[in-house]
Amino acid sequence: MSSARYEYLLRLGDNALILSQRLGEWCGKGPALEEDMALTNNALDLLGQARLWLSLAAEEAGDGADEDTLAYLRDDREFRNVLLVEQPNGSYADTLARQFLFDAWSSLVLRRLLASSDPAIAAIAEKAVKEVSYHLRRSSDLVVRLGDGTALSHAMLQGAIDKVWPYHHELFIGDAIDAEMVASGIGFDPEHLKDEWLAYVREVLNEATLKVPAAGGWMPKGGKQGLHSEHLSKLLAEMQTLQRSHPGASW
Amino acid sequence: MKNQWPLWEVFIRSQHGLAHRHVGSLHAPDATMAVNNARDVYTRRNEGVSIWVVKSIDITASHPDDKAELFDPAQAKVYRHPTFFPMPEEVKGL
Repeated sequence: MSSARYEYLLRLGDNALILSQRLGEWCGKGPALEEDMALTNNALDLLGQARLWLSLAAEEAGDGADEDTLAYLRDDREFRNVLLVEQPNGSYADTLARQFLFDAWSSLVLRRLLASSDPAIAAIAEKAVKEVSYHLRRSSDLVVRLGDGTALSHAMLQGAIDKVWPYHHELFIGDAIDAEMVASGIGFDPEHLKDEWLAYVREVLNEATLKVPAAGGWMPKGGKQGLHSEHLSKLLAEMQTLQRSHPGASW
Repeated sequence: MKNQWPLWEVFIRSQHGLAHRHVGSLHAPDATMAVNNARDVYTRRNEGVSIWVVKSIDITASHPDDKAELFDPAQAKVYRHPTFFPMPEEVKGL
């Protein structure tokens, strides 16, 4: 049941699910009504994408799992999201920096998957890419405005970019699962996205008068293989508590 | 409140509507973000195909105190409504 395709779908679904949950934590606490709505819209888009990926993963597993059992009944070691998306929200600048780096990457991922040899995967990518294109436009616009805003907003956003920067490395590190997906024409080599991603991020950060952090340094990784930071288990405790304490509860 | 973003008025053209309609207002730092915010606040349920935003401060409005002189005189001029004139029976298709 643990086919490479299943693992691959979990990675796609878990990235969307965990980031959705993080953004959902802002609900009712956004710095302005408009931002609050935008973030929760973004969270709902990602939740919709997570449902599609995880439903497909459950189908692949074929062991009676469904999107809900995958979302609510797995432990942290069984989650396959990258470390970037589980990082805590922090300040609005931290949330925005995380979102911007993710959106820029995710839009490239989905564009690659449009050409997937797997029609179900290509179909989900086609739906998701429109949503993520808007997310990227929005997060890029905000990065430029806050970076090139006041001295305070500039300093906060630069600090946030510097803090979350190490987590981008993992996005571009392939493993055996990626290699198998490349071989079957389903997926792509993550390394091949890096130049395009960096060029885009550099362009936006330049416009925002922000510095691109120096290359190298700490490169945390392992999320894709299930080795997470302590933040994920706390997030899951909140996300899963209802289904864990009242199994099968529904509306 | 001094440091708040400026206020913008939002106009949305709906799927079948011909003209943009005023739907409400919102805060945004500039025009581009106002369009983004309008998309997120006012088109979540598939309401629109086009968005206009304009700074509220750029709208010149009539003064409520002028209501009487601006609008009352029109009340006495029923002949300005097309329905005031009887149509001959013979005219069809109007």
